Amino acid sequence: MSENIFITEERIEGADDGPLAGTTVAVKDNISTEGVRTTCGSRMLEDYVPPYDATVVSRLKDAGATIVGKANMDEFGMGTTTETSYFGETDNPTAPGHVPGGSSGGSAAAVAAGEADLALGSDTGGSVRCPAAFCGVVGIKPTYGLVSRYGLVAYGNSLEQIGPFGETVEDAARLLDVIAGSDEHDATTRTEGDDSNYADAASGDVDGLQIGVPTELLEGADEGVVETFWDAMTDLEGRGAEYHEVSLPSVEHAVEAYYVIAMSEASSNLARFDGVRYGHASDASGNWNDTFARAREEGFGDEVKRRILLGTYALSAGYHDKYYKKAQDARAWVKQDFDQALSEADVLASPTMPVPPFELGESLDDPLQLYLADANTVPINLADLPAISVPAGETDGLPVGLQLVGPAFGEPLLIEAASALA
Amino acid sequence: MSDDAVNPEEVRHVAELARIDLDDDEVGRFTGQFADILEYFETLDEVPEVDRDADLANVMRPDEERPSLDSAEALRNAPETEDGYFKGPNVS
Repeated sequence: MSENIFITEERIEGADDGPLAGTTVAVKDNISTEGVRTTCGSRMLEDYVPPYDATVVSRLKDAGATIVGKANMDEFGMGTTTETSYFGETDNPTAPGHVPGGSSGGSAAAVAAGEADLALGSDTGGSVRCPAAFCGVVGIKPTYGLVSRYGLVAYGNSLEQIGPFGETVEDAARLLDVIAGSDEHDATTRTEGDDSNYADAASGDVDGLQIGVPTELLEGADEGVVETFWDAMTDLEGRGAEYHEVSLPSVEHAVEAYYVIAMSEASSNLARFDGVRYGHASDASGNWNDTFARAREEGFGDEVKRRILLGTYALSAGYHDKYYKKAQDARAWVKQDFDQALSEADVLASPTMPVPPFELGESLDDPLQLYLADANTVPINLADLPAISVPAGETDGLPVGLQLVGPAFGEPLLIEAASALA
Repeated sequence: MSDDAVNPEEVRHVAELARIDLDDDEVGRFTGQFADILEYFETLDEVPEVDRDADLANVMRPDEERPSLDSAEALRNAPETEDGYFKGPNVS
């Protein structure tokens, strides 16, 4: 396969019947599949074979889905392009020569290329919505707590949610119906999704819908992206929706707060990879510290090391209050801002990504610039809210995504609104 | 540039805390990048103090025995094992 969509191609058959019978699904390679290796796009877990299924995988099987492979991804979910994978970059099937977005780039590409009907990704700061936007498909980041994270290899566990991809909003909602709901293995799950019927909400009815457009999420965005965004908004207006501008002053600080929190959590979560219980083992001799440090030097790529080290720094003595505590303040501020904006509108709309897909290789050298590309998606993870990215059109032949954000557990409303576009 | 500009010794120290060996090239590259990134993180100083929601509650399950992985499954991914245990290098 020329696009390098899958790290491992393997058919895992589900139950004989169920709501997803006859449906193929690609699963991001940081979601555990019993007996099938789960690498997280890393040399560290190149040979790791989980002894159990993630809850979402059990639910896929019970629903009759056929898993067709483990999809490529940025190493441990850290990236915006799927170029940091140890197994090589994925090409964008919708815009060849460009990145598919990240970190769930393989999952979005699988749907865009027709290699799978549906796919699962994980979204810590936009990792479902970004590749959905870049590949011209639909991606949903559920409310925090709607979908079990049991069996998802943790990176930033206070931020991340597993989310579905589909060609249409209804397709993605159908997959969300299967994976949503409480789980005894994940105490952060809630009961709101237990008897969901999100697919039925995809009626495309936006008559009377009040849409808030946060001005801060349009500032600095690429001109062609902004034009495409407004064309889609005009389309929604033509179907009876109304929009007005809203302000979210806190989002100016969301990117730095997000990265401080995500890196801090990463430094803790990735401490488990020691090459003793599992993970890459080095040939180095010496004591436990020497061997451990060598295995991690060899097993982790640049972006993973960068985030573990910066997270360790942000949590170290003398810097905790300066970075981590301030980031938590910013997170609380972002939540308040969204609550306020959503009291004046049913949903909020913005471009998903402020830029069209980068060319392959274009963006890797400057990590800070790449972090800034996540400006429109990370605030939603800080606020624990649901969001959806739907195709809005193209600029210079490259896909543009429109992001809708709703109140906590407002997935039915988001799905109803987004289905007017795809 | 902040008062706490990152120097190579600091990067090496953090790498030691995080148990990641770095070669000299990596230390050089990360030193420059960390200076830029941490300077950017310092704009968090502009964030006002915010009242946080106080509705957090611990979620505890009953402390009861329940099935878990058997030891063969738990050891399956270990590079080295001995007598049903993980085998690692000496601690000191």
